[in-house]
Amino acid sequence: MTDPATLPNSLRNLPDEHGHFGQFGGRFVAETLMPLILDLEREYRAAKADPAFKAEFDDLLEHYVGRPSPLYFAERLTEYYGGAKIYFKREELNHTGAHKINNCIGQILLARRMGKTRIIAETGAGQHGVATATVAARFGLPCVIFMGAKDVERQKPNVFRMKLLGAEVHPVTSGAETLKDAMNEALRDWVANVHDTFYIIGTAAGPHPYPELVRDFQSVIGIEARAQIQKAEGRLPDLLIAAVGGGSNAIGLFHPFLDDKDVAMIGVEAAGHGIETGQHAASLKGGSPGILHGNRTYLLQDEDGQITEAHSISAGLDYPGIGPEHSWLHESGRVDYLPITDQQALDAFQLCCKLEGIIPALESSHALAALETKAREMGPDKIIVVNVSGRGDKDIFTVAEALGVAL
Amino acid sequence: MSRLANAFPADRAALVTFITAGDGDTAANLDALVASGADVIELGMPFTDPMADGPAIQAANLRALGAGTRTADVLAIASGFRARHPNVPLVLMGYANTMTRPTPEAFAAKAAEAGADGVIIVDIPPEEAPEVAPFTANGIDVIRLATPTTNAGRLPAVLEGASGFLYYVSVAGITGLQQAAQGSIEDAVARLKAATDIPVAVGFGVRTPEQAEAIARVADGVVVGSAIVELVGKHGKDAPEAIRAYIHSLKTAVEAARKEVA
Repeated sequence: MTDPATLPNSLRNLPDEHGHFGQFGGRFVAETLMPLILDLEREYRAAKADPAFKAEFDDLLEHYVGRPSPLYFAERLTEYYGGAKIYFKREELNHTGAHKINNCIGQILLARRMGKTRIIAETGAGQHGVATATVAARFGLPCVIFMGAKDVERQKPNVFRMKLLGAEVHPVTSGAETLKDAMNEALRDWVANVHDTFYIIGTAAGPHPYPELVRDFQSVIGIEARAQIQKAEGRLPDLLIAAVGGGSNAIGLFHPFLDDKDVAMIGVEAAGHGIETGQHAASLKGGSPGILHGNRTYLLQDEDGQITEAHSISAGLDYPGIGPEHSWLHESGRVDYLPITDQQALDAFQLCCKLEGIIPALESSHALAALETKAREMGPDKIIVVNVSGRGDKDIFTVAEALGVAL
Repeated sequence: MSRLANAFPADRAALVTFITAGDGDTAANLDALVASGADVIELGMPFTDPMADGPAIQAANLRALGAGTRTADVLAIASGFRARHPNVPLVLMGYANTMTRPTPEAFAAKAAEAGADGVIIVDIPPEEAPEVAPFTANGIDVIRLATPTTNAGRLPAVLEGASGFLYYVSVAGITGLQQAAQGSIEDAVARLKAATDIPVAVGFGVRTPEQAEAIARVADGVVVGSAIVELVGKHGKDAPEAIRAYIHSLKTAVEAARKEVA
């Protein structure tokens, strides 16, 4: 693949040396963390240039995660919509059931390289917590997962999974007791334990270099999809679709295609009950730029800059911010961001189950819901790749409740 | 000389006190701080996500926001304080997202108009220094933080553009929990004072008159926050009385210390 650094007009050579994607990104952290962030950046540069690091990462992705994940032609869904050919990038087939593990493998290798002996992470629905607990178990490192007390209550199966994997789950009772508060608490732990602790951030957000390194580890999704669609169709797709909470599965799929002008991209934001209701998690369509959790990006906030609560039926999208590179891709116009409501996602969830025999995660169901208009309006000579970022087994209780079914 | 420059006399340490704006009767609590001997006021701007703060100040933020405190209210509290206490330095302390709204320029202008002498913005490190330039342009000191993790290689960057005083965060952690060993504080203050001419104040985890006295022997200022905020939370409308008694005990200790001549 062409090295983006050699192309002056590439959209793929950000962030700049200060960690900025245009006006977004940066390193907005307390002084205590700054030296560690700088260390991490140095170590990441060294790891990136080290063939042994890449070899170990690739080996674990192949034999532990089960990569490459298939690119699957969704024949019956394609037939149903009667428009563009629909392909699924099957990230839900990965070990632990989602794309999250790709990033966790990369970060734990970095942690080991830096000599860190303790792992912490935040989690909302528990998917990133499970993936982090998994790699911590695999590498024999103690692990503490911060999770909002409300989420601990709502996501009992994942809490038990994390405990089985040997992690300590720390319920966070501050603030609204959800994902952003879990992230606050993880940052508080980190600042008090910087000497031995590595913070595995779960999405392409946070202070530089996290958005960059998470994106790089997740880019395996897009790199594979690119080769797979070339093999299947002999050409690149016309449209990529992925759900965006923090945005790691989306940036992982999009980034390797950013310089392909003819490939359009849609990031799907969670519109909850509808943006007009105020109960949503659509930072780009319903928020404004601000500074939180180490980076400048679009946030849900009031005019004073107080952060407001996000809402989505999908716990993985229920965060009042978004990765800074998405904010930049939004403002630059390279990627379109589309809001999809809880109801639209639920409909797409059920359709995918019935037509394709795949139970998608509620996060991924938001991406699938965009097909309703997009697949129909594009002709049969067009190709769409949707990132099915996770499997939906974890969501059956939520879906049952939404459908009024008692389990 | 600015109010902040006058607040750190050569022969004794200044007592720097923090409370959260909008938590309880802030004006009355501020008056109690000044009456009992506080030399510098840090007025906390409440924020929904205070990720550098421990339980005491987190709770104060929630109380203030729960009472409906807006940025305009914080600035009004500052203006009122300035009118009542023309000579006592006031520093606004908080997080980037509320302290750069609607723009850094607009907020800095309003803070200056309200009589603020300095700002401490916890999550703007020197690497993001352009963010705070509007404060300097409005005559407001940008107070930098040094921590136990600020190594020698990094210290010049921290001091570049620092003014008012240097805030030494004596523990790697959040506000109000652990306290640092006196020996480590003394080493750090000596190292910092060798590198800068601006006053060095020490905070995080300082609670007792004994601790304050020990720090006052070596540093130019002693910062106390969580312990005062806890009094506000505990005593509600009777907080001024509790604050006066507590600050008086700290002030007596700080004055008893005098500063060792460096």
